[in-house]
Amino acid sequence: MTEGLRESATFDRATIHAIQRAAATGVYDIRGGGAKRRLPHFDDLLFLGASMSRYPLEGYRERCDTDVILGARHAKYPLHLAIPVTIAGMSFGALSANAKEALGRGAGAVGTSTTTGDGGMTPEERGQSKHLVYQYLPSRYGMNPDDLRKADAIEVVLGQGAKPGGGGMLLGQKITDRVAGMRTLPVGVDQRSACRHPDWTGPDDLAIKIGELREITDWEKPIYVKIGATRTYYDVKLAVHAGADVVVVDGMQGGTAATQDVFIEHVGIPTLAAIPQAVQALQELGVHREVQLIVSGGIRSGADVAKAIALGADAVAIGTAALIALGDNHPRHDAEYRALGSAAGFYDDYQDGRDPAGISTQDDDLAARLDPVEGGRRLANYLRVLTMEAQTIARACGKSHLHHLEPEDLVALTIESAAMARVPLAGTDWIPGARP
Amino acid sequence: MEALTVDLAASPVRQLNQALHAPDPAPRWRVLNPRGAHSVACGLTRHLTVDIEGHVGYYCAGMNQLATVTVHGNAGVGVAENMMSGMVRVRGNASQSAGATAHGGLLVIEGDAAARCGISMKGADIVVGGSIGHMSAFMAQAGRLVVCGDAGDALGDSVYEARIYVKGTVKSLGADCVEKPVRDEHLTELAELLKLAERDEDPAAFRRYGSARRLYHFTVDNAY
Repeated sequence: MTEGLRESATFDRATIHAIQRAAATGVYDIRGGGAKRRLPHFDDLLFLGASMSRYPLEGYRERCDTDVILGARHAKYPLHLAIPVTIAGMSFGALSANAKEALGRGAGAVGTSTTTGDGGMTPEERGQSKHLVYQYLPSRYGMNPDDLRKADAIEVVLGQGAKPGGGGMLLGQKITDRVAGMRTLPVGVDQRSACRHPDWTGPDDLAIKIGELREITDWEKPIYVKIGATRTYYDVKLAVHAGADVVVVDGMQGGTAATQDVFIEHVGIPTLAAIPQAVQALQELGVHREVQLIVSGGIRSGADVAKAIALGADAVAIGTAALIALGDNHPRHDAEYRALGSAAGFYDDYQDGRDPAGISTQDDDLAARLDPVEGGRRLANYLRVLTMEAQTIARACGKSHLHHLEPEDLVALTIESAAMARVPLAGTDWIPGARP
Repeated sequence: MEALTVDLAASPVRQLNQALHAPDPAPRWRVLNPRGAHSVACGLTRHLTVDIEGHVGYYCAGMNQLATVTVHGNAGVGVAENMMSGMVRVRGNASQSAGATAHGGLLVIEGDAAARCGISMKGADIVVGGSIGHMSAFMAQAGRLVVCGDAGDALGDSVYEARIYVKGTVKSLGADCVEKPVRDEHLTELAELLKLAERDEDPAAFRRYGSARRLYHFTVDNAY
């Protein structure tokens, strides 16, 4: 930067660029990914490892289990996953068939689940996914009762963290013949997914809808309800009342394939703030751990996994991090990212369909760049690292299962994170906002 | 063959549905005393005939495949929602979201249908003997909606490629929905649909509505 020049904190370069872009085009900015602004997050929490008052477990040898059972409340066949890290819903359409296959291979290798997305189930992902969760979305694109019966669980999607209250969007350049056929749409149109379900309008209706899904699948499948984090305490209570076996809470750092930037950055609450609200709701209903809680939105490391679980989650889901593991934003694509007006580490134009990594595209030549076997291997590696990291922390806290982690193991670095996570500021016994 | 009778006053819906889903169910069924029960005869996958003697609640015949289901009464929300094939007939009136997201098959409502009839329909045919409520055929993607009575506000809002035929008045059209000319091929398909639905209206008395396709691409000029 030229010496002596001062950049405005209010009108920084990204802000100036956004104003210039809006003035030039007259259209709001649509992009992929999640919130990029700085938010209170898991980085603002620390674990209290064992010392005198707690007894640690040997880091490499002593048993620390990681499995989780999801959906045993009503379903005849609950999911039993080897690790509490699942793959979040991402559609074929938003992602290439190779990317979906790689997700299935990677998750299957370590005994966890993947999730379909808007647009239905592809044979490739069903074939490659040991545990497949079928999303039931407002658009019902490709919704097929045969696929519903093939799924291992059903996730009724009310919203996602990147855009609570908003529908989906898949721009025309990604609506190929195959995608259009699956969604019963003309090729090349900009496709909008509805923001609300077409045949129910409130929580009482949802209870009846869940009843119908159970009837159609003969009460075999666990039924999840996914919400974007906003009024999380109330929404989780209503989801449980509606009959959910599992509640999925997606914070505002959770990604999307295509949404308005203003929506991604300004609607919803951080994952950190949502978890205690969800746990409180479950505890007050007496179903914490009976109705499982899956948390997503900004999970990157085993520390994040451990912190989410310590705050009360039963499992987490990853989306953005899984795509990075497959090769998204890799430096080897930097020159091509720059040709698209971005750079490695910054690329978020998932809506655009020109992804050099072959992940968020329907272009056959680009998609062929991603080897699903190699991608699956990389994802499996990453999932194993997340699990080992979480185990390392759990053992240090003296826990023989990840689920034994608890809020008492955590402290916060900032007043904001202490208030949101409802754990004390480090070195104090102060939880801002806590009632005496 | 005489129909197998199930009395919902004596046995729960779950038992009925599981019997209908069994590997080799009886071909004809008669259901008594539905009394507004939800999810009656949903998730059927075979060529069955099911007659329901009375009023049903939400999602009757939901996701139907191949079966013929007749409601001898009124139907609640989402009758035949996401139907894939087969036929569902409601002798009385239907509540909102009738035939929502249905991919195939024929839904006939002899009385009126409430709001959101045919919402997001994806290839099914729906024939309504009476009138339909507001926001019907919202985001309807494919299939035909035939209304022998009147249509409420915002008909066909954000419609894709579904074709809508209305004999009576249309209170208002939704975003991107316009009236279109009725050509010979439309009269032919309308006559076929009316015949299948056992209606005797004259196809020439209907007007056709569909997408202006102005919302197919996101630009500043169509950002409502």
